[in-house]
Amino acid sequence: MTATEFVAGAAVAPGSAVAVKTTLDRALIDLSPKRRGREQLRQRVRSWSGWALRVGVPVLLVAFWQLALNWGWVSQDVLPSPATIARAYRYLWHNGQLQAAIPISLRRAGEGLLIGGSVGLTLGIFAGLWKLGEEIFDATLQMLRTVPFIALVPLFITWFGIDEPSKLALITAAAMFPLYLNTFHAVKGVDQKLIEAGKTFGLSGFQIARRIIFPTALPGVLTGLRFACSFSLLSLVLAEQTNATAGIGYLIINAQNNQRPDIVIAGIWIYAVLGILIDFFMRAVERLVLPWRARVNIG
Amino acid sequence: MSTSAETVEEVTVDSTSAESPVDVHYAVEALGVRRVFAERAVLDGVSLRLKKGDFVALIGPSGTGKTTLLRILGGLDTADEGHVVVPRVRSTVFQEPRLVLAQRVWRNVVLGARRPRAARRKAIDALAEVGIDGHANDWPRTLSGGEAQRVALARALVTEPDLLLLDEPFAALDALTRIKMHDLLAALCAKHDPAVVLVTHDVDEAILLADRVLVLSHGSIAFDQAVEIEKPRHRDDPRFLELRATLLEQLGVARIVGGGNAGVPADH
Repeated sequence: MTATEFVAGAAVAPGSAVAVKTTLDRALIDLSPKRRGREQLRQRVRSWSGWALRVGVPVLLVAFWQLALNWGWVSQDVLPSPATIARAYRYLWHNGQLQAAIPISLRRAGEGLLIGGSVGLTLGIFAGLWKLGEEIFDATLQMLRTVPFIALVPLFITWFGIDEPSKLALITAAAMFPLYLNTFHAVKGVDQKLIEAGKTFGLSGFQIARRIIFPTALPGVLTGLRFACSFSLLSLVLAEQTNATAGIGYLIINAQNNQRPDIVIAGIWIYAVLGILIDFFMRAVERLVLPWRARVNIG
Repeated sequence: MSTSAETVEEVTVDSTSAESPVDVHYAVEALGVRRVFAERAVLDGVSLRLKKGDFVALIGPSGTGKTTLLRILGGLDTADEGHVVVPRVRSTVFQEPRLVLAQRVWRNVVLGARRPRAARRKAIDALAEVGIDGHANDWPRTLSGGEAQRVALARALVTEPDLLLLDEPFAALDALTRIKMHDLLAALCAKHDPAVVLVTHDVDEAILLADRVLVLSHGSIAFDQAVEIEKPRHRDDPRFLELRATLLEQLGVARIVGGGNAGVPADH
C-alpha cells in the first residue's frame, strides 16, 4: 500500500482528524472553501479599496498641488493653482472660446480618424483576404509605418500648406497605420481550419468573409481602432501647435504667448479628458459588440 | 495489390455492381485516386463507390492517407490523378468542432444556409435532434467538448447532405461521451440516410457503425470487409470479436481473439 492511499484512508476514517492535520503540514495544501462570510467581506473591501485608490490618488495629487502653492513652495507664475485653472475654465466658457474650440478640434480629429481609419481598414481587409493585396502594398505600408509621423509635419506643410489640409493629412496618416496593421493581422490570423469548415458547406468567398472571417477578426480590428483613436488625438495636438487659428491647440499657443499658464494647463487637461473619454467609449463598444468574449471572463 | 480495374470491383460497395455503372446512381464515385506529397504517393490508386445510405469506415495507421482521401471527397484537396465525382450537397465533421466563436450556437448550425437569419427555426430543430436545443442562444465557448461536437453534427446534418464525411469526429471526446455519440450518430444516419465515410483509428467504432470497413495501407485499399452483424451491434458478439481480430491483424497489431479491447471501454 502506498503512502497516498494510507492518508486518503485516514482522512475518511472518523476521529482521525489529528492524523490528517499532521500530514497537512508537510506535503499537502488545504484548498477547501474558507468560511464564506469572511471571504465575502474581504472581497467587498478589496473592490471598494480598489475604487478608493483609483479615485483617491489623483484627488490627493491635486490637493498636494494646491497645498504646495499655499505654502509657497512653488510660484503661481510657474504653476498656477488648481483653483486658478478652474477660474480659467470659467473665463474661457464666459467669453465663448471653450465652446468654439472643442468642436473644431473634435472635428479635425474625427475627420482624420474617419478618412485614415477607413483607408487603413479597407487596405487591411484587402491585404488580409487576398494574397495579391498583401503582395501589392503590405511591404510598402510596413516600411512607411516605421517613419514617425511627426517627421512628416514639415513635408505636409510643404505639400498642403499651413492651413487645414495639412492638419487633416497628418491626422489621417496617423490614424491609418494602426487600423491597417491590426486589421491585416486579425483577418489573416483567422484559423484556416474554420475557413475550411466553411468551404465544406459550399460557402462562397464572400460568405466566408462575412460569416466567419469578419466576426472572428473583429476584436483585432477594435484594438486597431483604439490605437487609431489615440494616435489621432496625439497628432491633433501636434497639428494644432503649428499655425492654428482655432481649436484647443490655438487656445494653448495663444495663452502661451500671453503668459497665461493657467489657460495652457486648462487646454492640456481637455486633451487628457478627451483621451479618457475615448478609452471609456472604446470599452463600451467592445462590451457591446464582443459579447462572446466578455462571457469568457465571467464564466 | 491488384490492378486498378480489379480494385474498382473490389471496393464497390454496391452489391449489384454487375449492372453497368452508368445505370447505378452513385453518391460517390472515386476511381484510381492518386495524391502525391513531396514525391511520396499518399494515395496511390484508391477507388471507392458509395450509394446513398452506405456507411463506410476507413481505418488504417496514421499517415496512410485516410484524411487526404476524405479531404479530396470533401473538395478541400484535389487529386493529382483519377476520377472523383461527389454530391453537390455534402458536409464534414472534423475532429475539432470548428465552430465560429463569434457566432451564437444556432448561427453556427446554419452557417451554410443561404439566409441564416431566416433559418433559425431549422437550426433549433437540428439542435433538438442532437439533444442540445437548450444551448441555441449560447456562445460556443461556453459549451463542453461533447456539446460542441453535437453542434458540429447538427451543422453537418441540417443541410440534408447526400454525403457525410466524418474525420475522426469522436477521437477527442471522453469515452462515455463517445459511446453516447456513437448511438446518436447511428440514429441520425438511419433517419437522414446520407452516404457516410467515417475515418477513424478506432476499430470498435468502425465495426459498431459501418456497413463496410476498408483498411487503407500504403496508399491503397488493402482490405475490404462488409459488416454483416445486424444492428444494434454489441462488442461482446462473437462475430464482432472475430471481425475485430481480423481487422487488427490487417492493421499489423497482433491480437489474441477474445482478449482485451482496442483501448476502448467495454460494450454498451
